[in-house]
Amino acid sequence: MADLFDKFEALTSTREAMPFEEANPVGIVMDEVISPTEAMIDGRRTILAGTNNYLGLTLDPRCIAAAHEALDAAGTGTTGSRVLNGTYAGHKQLEDALANLYGTDQCIVFSTGFLANLAVIGALAGKDDYILLDADSHASIYDGCGMSGATIVRFKHNDAADLDKRLTRLGVEGSRVLIVVEGLYSMLGDRAPLDDLVAVKKKHGAYLLVDEAHSLGVFGETGRGVGQDMGLDDDIDFIVGTFSKSVGTIGGYCVSNHPKFDILRLAARPYMFTASLPPSVVASATKAIEILGSEPEHRERLWRNAKQLHEGLRRAGFTLGADCSPVVAVKVDSPDILVRFWEKLVLNGVYVNLAMPPATPQGLCLLRCSLSAAHTPEQVDTIIETFEKVARMNSVGMPALEPVD
Amino acid sequence: MTSAQTTFDQIAALIVPYNTKGVTVIPESTFASDLEWDSLTVMDFVADMEDHFDIIIPLNMLPDLETVGQVAAAVDKLLGD
Repeated sequence: MADLFDKFEALTSTREAMPFEEANPVGIVMDEVISPTEAMIDGRRTILAGTNNYLGLTLDPRCIAAAHEALDAAGTGTTGSRVLNGTYAGHKQLEDALANLYGTDQCIVFSTGFLANLAVIGALAGKDDYILLDADSHASIYDGCGMSGATIVRFKHNDAADLDKRLTRLGVEGSRVLIVVEGLYSMLGDRAPLDDLVAVKKKHGAYLLVDEAHSLGVFGETGRGVGQDMGLDDDIDFIVGTFSKSVGTIGGYCVSNHPKFDILRLAARPYMFTASLPPSVVASATKAIEILGSEPEHRERLWRNAKQLHEGLRRAGFTLGADCSPVVAVKVDSPDILVRFWEKLVLNGVYVNLAMPPATPQGLCLLRCSLSAAHTPEQVDTIIETFEKVARMNSVGMPALEPVD
Repeated sequence: MTSAQTTFDQIAALIVPYNTKGVTVIPESTFASDLEWDSLTVMDFVADMEDHFDIIIPLNMLPDLETVGQVAAAVDKLLGD
């Protein structure tokens, strides 16, 4: 008999064909959180190298104290949308803190980063508009495009010339075009050539939206992201980001100087028809944004750790996804090697992200690591040593590494 | 030879590098079932067609294009516009 679940047959068989024996990548449970960089998984003390907790602020005493205070004062949740009963003083303070960080006139906070992209992209572009998006964009960007009703055109990943070519071919007025890119791409850890993209945007008079989800707190003098790092913030029309990485909690935002930006509060359904962030989350996010803007030492430690891991794995002979960044992706040749390698890492006390097609660009199989400011140099050494140890295990089937200088 | 056939022939030639299963391509061939392409392959192929014909094939059009013949007709329409 037909079943609603029939459509998942191919997915089910792909999953069942995975040769996992002792660990399941989508079934990992952190039984106890020891620190931002360690947890107990299945009875093993495990170094966490795949959490996007870039600044390690999840357990910062100041963020926790702020959350406690808000929880005690205002309760566990707002039970309402921002446009009804869900806007508290804390939400406005958080929006002010972000506008202040970016030096923009306006900011809107959303309940998750995913919703921020759905809301902003979905509302900004309408059926007579055009979205040109980088082919490697996050699922939330694609879904926001789908919600918009606009004509969607992809351009080649990080290829400003291809964007230019497609805009020229399209031949529509630039004021009807929204270009969407990310600052740092989460899978390979490569960053957008924003200078070239801004030049194309200006040439065509289009709008530019940059998602700094993985770059907030990571790049730039005060942690705004890749835009600030490249001195291009003023040329970006909309910056979207998330609180679920460097900020260490959950939520999303968009900042802009567009004078009519605020109307999105009455037009964006993912803003209007979901409950607002709870007071404790708002308070810890506000504190974390203050910290990431004013304490560059976390960023400096993060980059030291990133360089140590990137350099260590490169020297050991691993093939890496991109230049050094806090996302270090190790490429392996096949899904079989990937699955076995990932499993042995977990069993040897190192958690990284297992990433495979279709979630990866170019059909790549990746052991994706993300660093934290909270990692110690010793932990980073252990991650490198464990990668080398697992690569030598015959059962993993990894071709022999050739160490390089 | 009608222009539809010409377009079909050109598309068939563009399919060759991705036709790893050596499927004989006819207008009724489907990308998902016959050619067994995943979404990434489809995207690369679409980019190749855009460059070859100097057209834009919006992402919105793709869900309705299941067969090679449907793609040829869509390309002809885009070329005509």
